[in-house]
Amino acid sequence: MPTVVTIDVDGQTIDAQPGLSVAAALLRAGIRTLRHSPAGSPRGAFCMMGVCQECLVEIDDVRRQACLVAVEAGMRIVTEAPA
Amino acid sequence: MSRRFDLAVIGAGPAGAHAAMAAAEAGVDCIVLDEAEAAGGQVYRAPVAKPSKLKSETVEGDRLRADLRYSGARLAFGRRVWLIERGFVIHAVSQGGRERLEAEKLILATGTTERVIPFPGWTTPGVIGLAATTILLKSQATLPGRRTLVAGCGPLLTAVAAGILDLGGEVVAVLDRAPRSRWLKALPRLASHPDLLGRGIGWWAKLLRARVPVLHDSDIGEVTAVDDGLVVKTKGGEPFACDAVAVGHGLTPSTDITRLLGVGHRFAPELGGWVPEQDAFGRTNVDGLLVCGDGAGVRGAAAAALAGRLAALAVARDLGRIDQARFEAEASAIQAALTKAGRFGGAMAAMTAPRADDVFGLAPDTIVCRCEDVNRGQIERAIEDGADTIDQLKAWTRAGMGPCQGRMCGEAVAGLLARHVGGRETVGLWTGRPPLRPVAVADLAVDIAYENIPIPKAAPL
Repeated sequence: MPTVVTIDVDGQTIDAQPGLSVAAALLRAGIRTLRHSPAGSPRGAFCMMGVCQECLVEIDDVRRQACLVAVEAGMRIVTEAPA
Repeated sequence: MSRRFDLAVIGAGPAGAHAAMAAAEAGVDCIVLDEAEAAGGQVYRAPVAKPSKLKSETVEGDRLRADLRYSGARLAFGRRVWLIERGFVIHAVSQGGRERLEAEKLILATGTTERVIPFPGWTTPGVIGLAATTILLKSQATLPGRRTLVAGCGPLLTAVAAGILDLGGEVVAVLDRAPRSRWLKALPRLASHPDLLGRGIGWWAKLLRARVPVLHDSDIGEVTAVDDGLVVKTKGGEPFACDAVAVGHGLTPSTDITRLLGVGHRFAPELGGWVPEQDAFGRTNVDGLLVCGDGAGVRGAAAAALAGRLAALAVARDLGRIDQARFEAEASAIQAALTKAGRFGGAMAAMTAPRADDVFGLAPDTIVCRCEDVNRGQIERAIEDGADTIDQLKAWTRAGMGPCQGRMCGEAVAGLLARHVGGRETVGLWTGRPPLRPVAVADLAVDIAYENIPIPKAAPL
């Protein structure tokens, strides 16, 4: 497995380690705000174990929890996915 | 597709993995399911990024994964169990689609979720759980930030702070809710496990060497986002500049499945909160359903592994796979070890036990339910209006109704209501409902071709 791949986050290309969780990869890239709550307050990954649902993003057109999905080359991630 | 097993084990942490291994040893046809892609649970989570140095927990976790792989138990990882029917029918989804399997006996080893007592700013990106941080550090070799403040209570505080230093991060401060005297009082019970106590002392020593300020009897008052990071104010008003906060106040047993299946529960703060009622082997009042590990009451990983083995022995005995003599011989040996391990784990759990006054100090505009943005003021108004159970509060305020289904706010909401109705027992538990986890409708829908949808003939004009 290559040690580094690129993924697309909101149109921006970032380096990420394959196998790392998407949540950890985004954190390493300094991307912290992943969505907004119904009342509009910014939110990011919180529990890292698939419980809190705060890290919900769109990965290759499917809404998934960033902390439970492993990075793969060429992934397209959209933060602020519509609820 | 449906398959039938003697036993299904939900969760492959220390408790579930050991339950599956012990069941397989006793000749029980067993399958173990877990949401993660590998066994280990949270404490022995498989590292995906190479750690800077091999931790003893990684070694123990790798051994557990190898032992389980060759145990003869069927392993099903990456499974999201969203419904269990009595009897038992288990419904799960995975990358491979949906799955249905049947089992005569069911062992739940579903562990815990982290309890974080809300404070102003706890929803700010960059604030993450303490247990969450252990996952980041141990499995992902990732720091929560460059400069992290660590706060809350219990043994994870020093474990996380030391782990951050190991990865080359900076710890701005450790705020420990417990006064130093509480640690000293716990020492005699902790001495029952010199190896684990030694590990804890090593963490303390590391913090001392790095000159990390450790404030006892202290907790976060407020977190605010500023241009280049976060500012934490302690309850005493002392400010700390940082860019990440790791905070946690203990672990709460996950009762979603036991609530769904109608198991009786009792409120036991020293075990983390509400726990399923169980006998010495983990049998509940629902026929064929057993619980073990931290999900049955928080006592730590060492105790969890032993409790898993005990539950499996009980299943093997109840299924007639082992005779009474073998059952008694093996069970008594495990029970002796469990008593010892439970003493250490219990002392640790007691450090983080929920207290009745945990949430009394929350400001009216502090968000309690993260998913639905429900603040304390809204909850208090609903209580004034007559909401006297936690289900009623949920219906009136939407607290606990969002995607996490109350797993993050349940303890705080219950604590606020308990103050008015005379205790957690009166408040009760949220009714368990499927889906246990969010699942995509596409994963549940039946494959059907458009042309195969029956359309009745048009009525004659």
